[in-house]
Amino acid sequence: MRIDNVPIDLLLKNMLSATGTVLQIFFLTIVLSIPLGFLVALARRSRFKIISFPTRIYQLVFRGTPLMLQLFFFMYGPYYIFDIGFGRFNACIIAFVINYAAYFGEIFRGGIAAIPKGQYEAAKVLGYSKIQTFMRIILPQVVKHVMPATGNEFMTLVKDTSLAQVISVGEIYNVATNAGARYFSTVPLIVAGIFYLVMNTVVEMSFKVIEKKLDYYRT
Amino acid sequence: MLLLAENIKKKFDKENVLEDISMEVKEGEVVVIIGPSGSGKSTLLRCLTQLEQVDAGRVEIDGKLMVDTVDNKAVYADSKTLHEILLDVGLVFQNFNLFPHYSVLKNIVDAQVQVMKRKRDEAKGIAMELLKKMNLSDRADAYPNELSGGQQQRIAIARALALNPKILFFDEPTSALDPELTGEILKVIRNLAQENMTMVIVTHEMAFAREVADRVIFMDNGLIVEQGSPEELFGNSVNQRTKEFLQRYSEN
Repeated sequence: MRIDNVPIDLLLKNMLSATGTVLQIFFLTIVLSIPLGFLVALARRSRFKIISFPTRIYQLVFRGTPLMLQLFFFMYGPYYIFDIGFGRFNACIIAFVINYAAYFGEIFRGGIAAIPKGQYEAAKVLGYSKIQTFMRIILPQVVKHVMPATGNEFMTLVKDTSLAQVISVGEIYNVATNAGARYFSTVPLIVAGIFYLVMNTVVEMSFKVIEKKLDYYRT
Repeated sequence: MLLLAENIKKKFDKENVLEDISMEVKEGEVVVIIGPSGSGKSTLLRCLTQLEQVDAGRVEIDGKLMVDTVDNKAVYADSKTLHEILLDVGLVFQNFNLFPHYSVLKNIVDAQVQVMKRKRDEAKGIAMELLKKMNLSDRADAYPNELSGGQQQRIAIARALALNPKILFFDEPTSALDPELTGEILKVIRNLAQENMTMVIVTHEMAFAREVADRVIFMDNGLIVEQGSPEELFGNSVNQRTKEFLQRYSEN
């Protein structure tokens, strides 16, 4: 079947396989950048300037420059500097993880800062260790607190995967622009848009469920 | 002596909050600390419960040395001793500071299991016993935000008692409560006093202080101005500052 001269079944087939790439970028970025983001948040809160200041600079650089440039940097930078490369997909993952960890770091930092001092004090007087206090008392409350902002990031990430096309990672947008150019049609782009929307609908509904689960208490 | 504090000094930003405080608490004694806002009452409690570090002084709790002054500098005990001392004391906060993500029961159980390494069933039994005592058996599964301030404070007291502290500190336990809820907390403290619980209570409830205290301490500007039995302080204090303070209070 063709719409506007575009063979739809072939397009869908290509897009579905590109969706695999998008999901890989998405899940790898989430799995790696969230723990890293927590470390960033803790580093930012460090009393030691030698830890907190460089972390702040890192966040400034990676939040302050386009992710697109960062993709180029991790793709081609190593070739110029060390004469080696990570490979297309790895460079893409590295850029996404480092970029998103900077944002998650800021979200988690805010989440941790929002927990009242009294929670730490109550835990301390009850004899909880620092680690127990963080893991049992602070972290669960932080998780609830950062959920809406994290959901936001997840949805942005789904759309940001389209940037991977600048280093020719074969994701949905890449497939769509190629097909659009070949058949001289905007239909592939519209289909791509629908793909992103469907994925983000799943993200949105998942977060709705999680937030509802965390709604058993209020502060 | 259960608690012995000598020449405690504490500065915040070069301002002396605790000028030079010495006090002692005997086992089973109820000591009430009164005084105007900013007189250092809360800071004193926070220093005794390790939430703040003193700049100088000596504190001994249940025979264990918490901090001493060597060459004009406060030197704290090793972390193991400090932890042991921490378990000897309990603190009830003005704002309750319950853990909002834990049910009432878990608020009381968790530290018993995690800190004191009690068996979960044993900890639960102790918690239910305390809830019964606080008249809140039916709220074990509720979350703190579903409770009134007075109920939350009773849970906070139960949470502190669950660890069997030798001495329980109260930092203005009723100041965040409506007058009608204040009564239920005072009743709980009164009952604890009858059970000979050793307590140090910072409060603005003068009538209550007079009734429940074995000894009243009046603090002003980081110093203990006067201390004695409630009759001595409230009845016929000879100290000008104490008189003025109590006068102001009875006028309000």
